[in-house]
Amino acid sequence: MDLSRLGLAAAALPSAVPARRCPVDSIGLLTACRVSWEQGGQLVALWGCDERDRDRGFSLNVVLQDADGLTLLEHTLPSAESTYPDLAVVFPAANRMQRAAFDLLGVASEAEDQRPWAWQASWPIDRYPLRRDFEASPKWEPGQEEYAFVRVEGDGVHEIPVGPVHAGIIEPGHFRFQIVGEKVLRLEERLGFVHKGIEKRFEAMQAATGHRLAGRVSGDSTVAYAWAYAQALEAICAVTPPPRALWLRALALERERIANHLGDLGYLGNDGGFAFGLSQFSRLKEQVLRTNLAAFGHRLTMDFVMPGGAARDLAPEHAAAMRDECATLGREIDVLRGIYDEHDGLQDRFRTCGIVTPALAARLGLCGLAGRASGQARDLRCDFPLAPYEALAVRKAAADAGDVAARVAVRFDEVGESLRLVRAIVDALPDGEVVAALPEPPAFRKGLGYVEGWRGPVLVALECGPAGTIRRCHPHDPSWSNWPVLEHAVIGNIVPDFPLINKSFNLSYSGHDL
Amino acid sequence: MLRVLRQIARTGIRTEPAPAPAAEMVVVTRLQQKILKTLGRALAIRQVDAGSCNGCELEIHALGNPYYNIEGLGIRFVASPRHADLLLVTGPVSKHMAIALQRTYDATPEPKLVVAVGDCGCSGGIFGESYASLGRVANVIPVDVAIPGCPPSPMALLQGILAAITTHAAEPDAGDGTTDRGSPVAPVESGEATS
Repeated sequence: MDLSRLGLAAAALPSAVPARRCPVDSIGLLTACRVSWEQGGQLVALWGCDERDRDRGFSLNVVLQDADGLTLLEHTLPSAESTYPDLAVVFPAANRMQRAAFDLLGVASEAEDQRPWAWQASWPIDRYPLRRDFEASPKWEPGQEEYAFVRVEGDGVHEIPVGPVHAGIIEPGHFRFQIVGEKVLRLEERLGFVHKGIEKRFEAMQAATGHRLAGRVSGDSTVAYAWAYAQALEAICAVTPPPRALWLRALALERERIANHLGDLGYLGNDGGFAFGLSQFSRLKEQVLRTNLAAFGHRLTMDFVMPGGAARDLAPEHAAAMRDECATLGREIDVLRGIYDEHDGLQDRFRTCGIVTPALAARLGLCGLAGRASGQARDLRCDFPLAPYEALAVRKAAADAGDVAARVAVRFDEVGESLRLVRAIVDALPDGEVVAALPEPPAFRKGLGYVEGWRGPVLVALECGPAGTIRRCHPHDPSWSNWPVLEHAVIGNIVPDFPLINKSFNLSYSGHDL
Repeated sequence: MLRVLRQIARTGIRTEPAPAPAAEMVVVTRLQQKILKTLGRALAIRQVDAGSCNGCELEIHALGNPYYNIEGLGIRFVASPRHADLLLVTGPVSKHMAIALQRTYDATPEPKLVVAVGDCGCSGGIFGESYASLGRVANVIPVDVAIPGCPPSPMALLQGILAAITTHAAEPDAGDGTTDRGSPVAPVESGEATS
């Protein structure tokens, strides 16, 4: 996006992926979003920050992504009464982000939809947790809120409320279906049940240890989050980790992708009525996790990525074990893919189920794995390859059908590619140290981290405070963009297909609710 | 079909022996004898995510894989608290989930067991207690056994669950919880079977 044509001045922003920052007024904010959208850009994240301690009121931060990289638009709101234009008219995914920003900070957009999103009556509605003068009271009891769901009316239309406690072993959230017969007319999600104050918690931590919390924003993406956090802090400190550390991080990230995709492929088979798939794929996933435990000391590789590098080195025998494992897994997955592809019952459930057309995906900003199954060919490992991906030439998975079958196919393709990457990484692992020392991060400096996790791109925006503290940290999950698209994917499908469609996206609740 | 059968035969049986229950994980014990008498070894578990990062859920899922084969031990996960003998709760308990968790607990018929899972379920973990988090599970409902770990391994989970059902009640009502055990059963939301 050419910002100078808009009369906007941009400065470089510390980040591993190319990024710049650009102060904007409210007209500039909306114009920059529009121009970005017209040129194929997408909204990545939106969050607010209390700057009253520095006499700057509040700031609204909006990150856009286009072919040039990331652009951080910084808009200053002089007081809590100031408002900013509704960006959901350009990027629909902004709707929930704006509502959450209001619930947490008390700065409002000019949008018509002002329903709460992160807030559920467990703290007073006029107290805003991310304000620096916020003090929680032990007297506040968990509350219940009457959420204004949109209702469909007409002959034979009825409503099914589901959750927050679901029937399976999944995270909590509420789904409100408006149906006629078995057909879904409308689905509305109500999330926020696992909001546990992560952003406020960051502000009580030292930057040097924040990766541990980042790695627990969404446990299934612990490597992606910890790496994105580390990237942000390393960019602020202007430190590059040793090459071996970067290669080890990529190894852990690809293994995280393999493990999650294998788990999903099993559950997708199971939800399609093919329990054989679950037992086979969960067996393969268990093997991957056991190798992780031996090599990294943790089955999910939590706390392996740390600022400056990696927490431990990889022993040669574990590298060899991973190489062998790739060969075995590759063979097994080929057999299972053949079985899935030729299983009529399963394909009948997968095909034409939960379709998101490429046009709809582009309009709503569908990203990550689900985006690639709907013709949105974006993958940070290919579009902005950083070490070691620049040396690995990642092949991007792609499909256009946008149905459950396409999301299954993309998972199969990506597992295959990640197995190739794991082999390539252990074969070419550079020698040397695995961690570099970090200085105390300079105060009031912002940095971005951006990593392609298995679900999609994970952003971490970090600003350090004095004496190595965290002033503000906003971790942003790709689920923010994809949850609203799920509501569209189920329209016209039957209620019993919802679990299958939902699983095919497998979005994070914790990563979204924060 | 032939390929499916061939793959099953080629895979063989991967299930490993179950671990012994770990006595040190028992925080409070109650009513286990009654469950054993009523149900033998069969146990119905209702899992409740009360605010976790989903790491614990990954390992709870793993219990069902062929290596741990939890159903082979006579333990199964059920879709409703009304069918459950044991609640397997991950935390920290977010304030937004506190009422749902309490209702799930109330809807579970007596005799019932509660197992808190993970460092967050045991103590609040890295999230602690805040405006949005109530911390450990025992701050909201009575807990019988707490399984530490971030997340606990499937073996640790099995040990904790087995500890909950095999250890004899020493103090049936050691005041660990903050809630009234005699509270009436509250109605649960309908329509839970669709996800």
